Amino acid sequence: MNLIETWLIAPLAHEFMQRGLVVAVLVGVVCAVLSCFLILKGWSLMGDAVSHAVLPGIVLAQVAGLPLAAGAFVAGLGCALSIGYLKENSRVKEDTVMGIVFSGMFALGLVMFVKVDSDQHLLHVLFGNMLGVRWEDIAETAAIAVPTIAVMLAKRRDFLLLAFDPAHARAIGLPVRLLNFGLLMLLALTIVAALKAVGIILVVAMLIAPGAIGFLTTRRFDAMLAVAVTAATVSSVIGTILSYHLDGATGPCIVVVQAVFFLIALGLNLRRSARRAALA
Amino acid sequence: MNISTTGLPGSADVKPSIVVEGVTVRYGNGVTAVNDASFALGAGTICALVGINGSGKSTLFKTLMGFLKPARGSVSIAGLPVRQALKRGLVAYVPQAEEVDWSFPVLVEDVVMMGRYGHMGFLRIAGQADREAVEQALTRVNMLEFRKRQIGELSGGQRKRVFLARALAQGGQVILLDEPFTGVDVKTEDAIVALMRELRAEGRLMLVSTHNLGSIPDFCDQVVIINRTVLAAGPTQTTFTHDNLQRAFGGALRHFRLGGADLHDDDDQRHVTVITDDERPLVLYGKRESETLAPGKTNGAKTDGEKDPAP
Repeated sequence: MNLIETWLIAPLAHEFMQRGLVVAVLVGVVCAVLSCFLILKGWSLMGDAVSHAVLPGIVLAQVAGLPLAAGAFVAGLGCALSIGYLKENSRVKEDTVMGIVFSGMFALGLVMFVKVDSDQHLLHVLFGNMLGVRWEDIAETAAIAVPTIAVMLAKRRDFLLLAFDPAHARAIGLPVRLLNFGLLMLLALTIVAALKAVGIILVVAMLIAPGAIGFLTTRRFDAMLAVAVTAATVSSVIGTILSYHLDGATGPCIVVVQAVFFLIALGLNLRRSARRAALA
Repeated sequence: MNISTTGLPGSADVKPSIVVEGVTVRYGNGVTAVNDASFALGAGTICALVGINGSGKSTLFKTLMGFLKPARGSVSIAGLPVRQALKRGLVAYVPQAEEVDWSFPVLVEDVVMMGRYGHMGFLRIAGQADREAVEQALTRVNMLEFRKRQIGELSGGQRKRVFLARALAQGGQVILLDEPFTGVDVKTEDAIVALMRELRAEGRLMLVSTHNLGSIPDFCDQVVIINRTVLAAGPTQTTFTHDNLQRAFGGALRHFRLGGADLHDDDDQRHVTVITDDERPLVLYGKRESETLAPGKTNGAKTDGEKDPAP
């Protein structure tokens, strides 16, 4: 009991820890929900691409005096759409197109970032600054994350069908194009929501691990969502507290905890398959 | 209001048909996949779609499902433009086994419920009618006891039946089946064929893309033979002939002809022809000019087509 109190509760006496925890859970949950769709659709790398590609948008928005989130959103969506366009209209394969577009945009962003006199820290943009967020930042994150989660949950059956069997989706008259575009929009929004807290690089991990954990441990999509959200929430809490005790970076601590959960899920899954094979 | 559990109100009254007129389909890269194709199918039909890989079978399917728009010509389904027919849930699609990711976290009943999405509201919340339709469809394909299985936990034939159940739950009047017999044992093949005959008796229209030439005469009453265009279309008896298949497949098929002295010592001029697209072979019997389907169908010829069929 005492251990829980000193280890888990005591750090939360600091307000910066409370803010960090709130934003960590918020970002963890929105990423977890989206990650379920991404890994089933085979879009894990799309998260990687879009998150890197937001950098030039952030810099341009800063120069133009616009909200950074708006710049990030436009750049991220632009990246996803140009990947789609280039894939359709060239003989280069999708992963190649993706690699070129996002690394090109990321590099452009870095060049611009160094040129532009910015009050942002590059390290914070890349890796987030969870314990430095203000309540206004949290409000902004929530304003994006909560509607995003709501839309994903409300339309989860359509998105699931889109990933599972797009031919059937089209055959029953679902707007497949619109759904694909919608999922890209949700991806860009999620990344924008996560930027302040975990940064460009680590959001990629949060967009993959929870879904993978859910996928390995369940047989049904709603259960997969529940497991992913739970795993992400617990990881966010443990990771944030852990970073306090280790005096380490918060984002990476959360990602490490998620990775450990993934290994546990993988172990459980392997054991279950082995047991089933032994029965058969 | 009494809503039919097998379809939209009124969808059961629709007379299914497919009319393809002078359809040309081009891909973005300029390649013409299908040129000036025409055929027409009516209610209560099982039609085989036959052709080599790359002959335009899947292009034709995609056109019927609205994926691809014809550059020229027109397609109508049940008298409606494709888009409207899709909106009304008239067209059901049973995918090839390889197209499906069997590790997906969905149960048998979830997949069949996907057939009902077109009948549900914006949030796709299943109502009483939807649950009943799913149960009926699963019962009909004999899969009710497997409803809580994850789809990867099924055998090849069971998997196929799940997707047939989805088409039934949807109330599809035009059912497109892509290679339904691949990876399926003979018993399941017979069960699927029996079900398709029932659906034909109900007046539905099924278009079956298949390499399984030998079983086509068993259950298909119409055949469309394509190779970049429709080479021949019509009743199986008159269309599914040696000459038409020769035109469609050229040298792409395993093809054996046994006649005269190879078969018997008398001077009977008839000969046996075996044509196989690497699945169940087609056996034709007769004189060259008038070769027709072997009498008594070809049920004895379920042997592996890759082996030398000579006695």
